[in-house]
Amino acid sequence: MAEYSALSLLKNAFSGNRGWKPAWRKASPKPAYDVIVVGGGGHGLATAYYLAAEHGIRKVAVLEKGWLGSGNIGRNTTIVRSNYLLPESIRFYDHSVKLWENLSHQLNYNVMFSQRGVLNLAHSPAQVDDYIRRGNAMRHEGGDGIWLSPAQIARYAPGVDVSSSARFPVVGGLLQPRAGTARHDAVAWGYARAADRLGVDIIENCEVTGFLRDGDEITGVATSRGDIRGKKVAVAVAGSTGRVMKLAGIENLPIESHVLQAFVSESIKPFVDCVVTFGAGHLYMSQSDKGGLVFGGSLDLYNSYAQRGNLPLVEEVMSEITAMFPAVAKLRLLRSWGGVMDMSMDGSPIITKGPLPGMYLNCGWCYGGFKATPASGYSFAWTIAKDEPHPINAPFTLSRFERGVIIDEKGQGPTPKLH
Amino acid sequence: MLISCPHCGPRDLAEFTYQGDATRTRPDLASTDTAAWHAYVYERPNPAGLHREYWQHSGGCRSHLLVVRDTVSHEIASAKFARKAREMIG
Ligand SMILES: Cc1cc2nc3c(=O)[nH]c(=O)nc-3n(C[C@H](O)[C@H](O)[C@H](O)COP(=O)(O)OP(=O)(O)OC[C@H]3O[C@@H](n4cnc5c(N)ncnc54)[C@H](O)[C@@H]3O)c2cc1C
Ligand SMILES: [Zn+2]
Repeated sequence: MAEYSALSLLKNAFSGNRGWKPAWRKASPKPAYDVIVVGGGGHGLATAYYLAAEHGIRKVAVLEKGWLGSGNIGRNTTIVRSNYLLPESIRFYDHSVKLWENLSHQLNYNVMFSQRGVLNLAHSPAQVDDYIRRGNAMRHEGGDGIWLSPAQIARYAPGVDVSSSARFPVVGGLLQPRAGTARHDAVAWGYARAADRLGVDIIENCEVTGFLRDGDEITGVATSRGDIRGKKVAVAVAGSTGRVMKLAGIENLPIESHVLQAFVSESIKPFVDCVVTFGAGHLYMSQSDKGGLVFGGSLDLYNSYAQRGNLPLVEEVMSEITAMFPAVAKLRLLRSWGGVMDMSMDGSPIITKGPLPGMYLNCGWCYGGFKATPASGYSFAWTIAKDEPHPINAPFTLSRFERGVIIDEKGQGPTPKLH
Repeated sequence: MLISCPHCGPRDLAEFTYQGDATRTRPDLASTDTAAWHAYVYERPNPAGLHREYWQHSGGCRSHLLVVRDTVSHEIASAKFARKAREMIG
């Protein structure tokens, strides 16, 4: 297996980079496993890794219908943060940030986690109160929320229009210095490689087409490459949750699938070195190491399983980015794409045992499952191994909707497109 | 995406506001059946395929519409005035 070190880099540089080996084996399905993870996105791969690394469960298969990174793990705008208001969210996402901080070392794979800071711009007195309250909630839980004045913002992120003639003048901003970005593909590849080395079978081009059952109990999966038995079957398919759970006869989850688009501009010289969000609309932007501006806005705002969106949203996002950074108006757009998001009814995820015996479910990631990848995998693996939740995912049940203990950060109510 | 408003004809998506899933019927307001309320408020069929949903022609005649649309291809199978369509479904 490929070892990554300064020495191996040097050696391979001199031998024309022909000595590298594939980062993970091309495994074929075995007849049975202790745990089958459905979905080879970030969450499925992280789950498999932590099952093997933390719980010694190594007879694990990750089944991916396409290639690794073909889902949202390879389509997101790579923002990692824990600037939340509710204690359940702060604890979960801050645990994730802590795992991110050591991830490259732990996986021996550079996920390029860059704590460049996430700055939320505020444009109205109400927003100032709201953001300061959120910053205080973060600090209360031991996190890092810092309030910046417009003058401090001008120094921190020079491209932002903080003048009073801006369409929506900036009146301040909430900064989380420990937040930032990571290289999304590397996260999938790093977890895949580390899991593979612990014995996990990563099986690509293997679509789950049904569930094997013994009465109510799930005992395995039918796939495009044959039946596979599993003592436990864990579903982590993000935007495909509705489709996959329907195969198990479950069609009443508190989830809607929606399409989210993202954009990258042509490369330019260093322009902004943090992540900036525009509070007068919905926009988030950062600059990749290659120089492109990576940004996105709202969902297209209608149910969709198509990995592509429509033009009105594109126009809206472009008008917002030019309002925030007038200097980018003449940049050309390099690419745009879409991903299918599992929008939950309260904007928070579900990481739980069930809903059928032998089954475990991980879904409801809305706009923000990339940053959750380590904590989601960590706590989902814990739940699968011990048949009880870890304290960080204990609040994120499926039954919370029935019991009325929803975790709705923004108090939006049960309208998935608004979370 | 173009939606054919029964009043205005085919119009651009930008003129419409999505109002969500139309597959659920609100329980009687006097009902205390929590399971029925839970199903109405939180559960969604979320199909990959034909979906019954509400739209409003908010940038046009302002009619509320009941639209049947494919969530995979975005193709629109039908668009009717919401009240009439609901009466037909019962
Ligand atoms: C445009 C966009 C921007 C985003 N920006 C951010 C951001 O800045 N920060 C952030 O935190 N989050 C962001 N997200 C959200 C984040 O990307 C997702 O929440 C997260 O990646 C979902 O988890 P995953 O990686 O496991 O999903 P995926 O990578 O989608 O993994 C699910 C996998 O399941 C597979 N699958 C589906 N059906 C089957 C089947 N029947 N059998 C086998 N396999 C199957 C799919 O092929 C897929 O590979 C963004 C999402 C999008 C679309
Ligand atoms: Zn009309």
